[in-house]
Amino acid sequence: MLHVGLHHFLCIGALLFSFGLLTVATRKNAVGVLMGVELILNGANVNFVAFNHYVTGGVGGQIFALFVIVLAAAEAAVGLAIVLAIFQTFRSIDVRVADTMRE
Amino acid sequence: MSRKIQIWLLLSIVVVVFVGLMGWRVLPDAGLDAYVGLGPVTLPDVLFYFFGFMTVAGAAGVALSRNILYSALGLLGALLGAGSLYIFLSADFLAVTQLLVYIGGVLVLILFAVMLTNRISEINVSNTSLGRAGGVALLLATAPVLLFAAIATPWPQRPPPALAYTTRTIGNAFLTQWLLPFELASLVLLATLIGAVVIARKELKPETAGEHEPALR
Repeated sequence: MLHVGLHHFLCIGALLFSFGLLTVATRKNAVGVLMGVELILNGANVNFVAFNHYVTGGVGGQIFALFVIVLAAAEAAVGLAIVLAIFQTFRSIDVRVADTMRE
Repeated sequence: MSRKIQIWLLLSIVVVVFVGLMGWRVLPDAGLDAYVGLGPVTLPDVLFYFFGFMTVAGAAGVALSRNILYSALGLLGALLGAGSLYIFLSADFLAVTQLLVYIGGVLVLILFAVMLTNRISEINVSNTSLGRAGGVALLLATAPVLLFAAIATPWPQRPPPALAYTTRTIGNAFLTQWLLPFELASLVLLATLIGAVVIARKELKPETAGEHEPALR
């Protein structure tokens, strides 16, 4: 039971996902919301790699996780650019303030 | 000893353990594989629990800390821990990618955004919107269900294979079976690069465009 197996990795992935969801749901700060998204993607990645190692074999899960990392990096870049643009417009990154599409 | 030095010492210890783990756990020829026993718990298990705790504690720090800067530090712990866990799953290439892309790229971007947009003195800049009770209710609604599903489901497992290098296999798979998604990913990255610059730069108003004001922000 103490010996590390698939369940341990799945539990860590589940906890990462839960805390990421909690972050996304409770933050008013847009950067905080982005951090929560990163946590969620990492939880999914841990699950992909764990199933790849313990169930399927090969490298399919690792390749999927690599694509997830690529898309997460792209998402972070665009998201933070949007956050900076919102900050320039509204002087705040509170997600409740930015409720109009233009000044 | 000041607090800053302690933090740096802790970080450097974590990085040293990470690199040592890379060299020792992944290399199949090292011969030390999993046989340093502490009763039923082997040394890799202890390392797994250490890094797993670091991951979960970092994630909890992201979710629960009130200061957005501490959240970023918690994210560092979570990403580093998750990257270390990949090593236990014979995903060495993925672990290094996590270190380079997430910690070297995404986390630095997030720290930039925090420092560019936060007025640190403003007290309510990162407090919660749903409130403590709503957050706890959400956590209680999701985490036990997911943990129960993870533990109680009889997953079809194969006998745990030996750890091996995967970089060569991943490279071959990328350039044969996954060639089209690979190239599409490069297109996505290019579009992201251009799009992020276009979105984040200062917009030149038509009447002031001729005055050559410094547009670099």
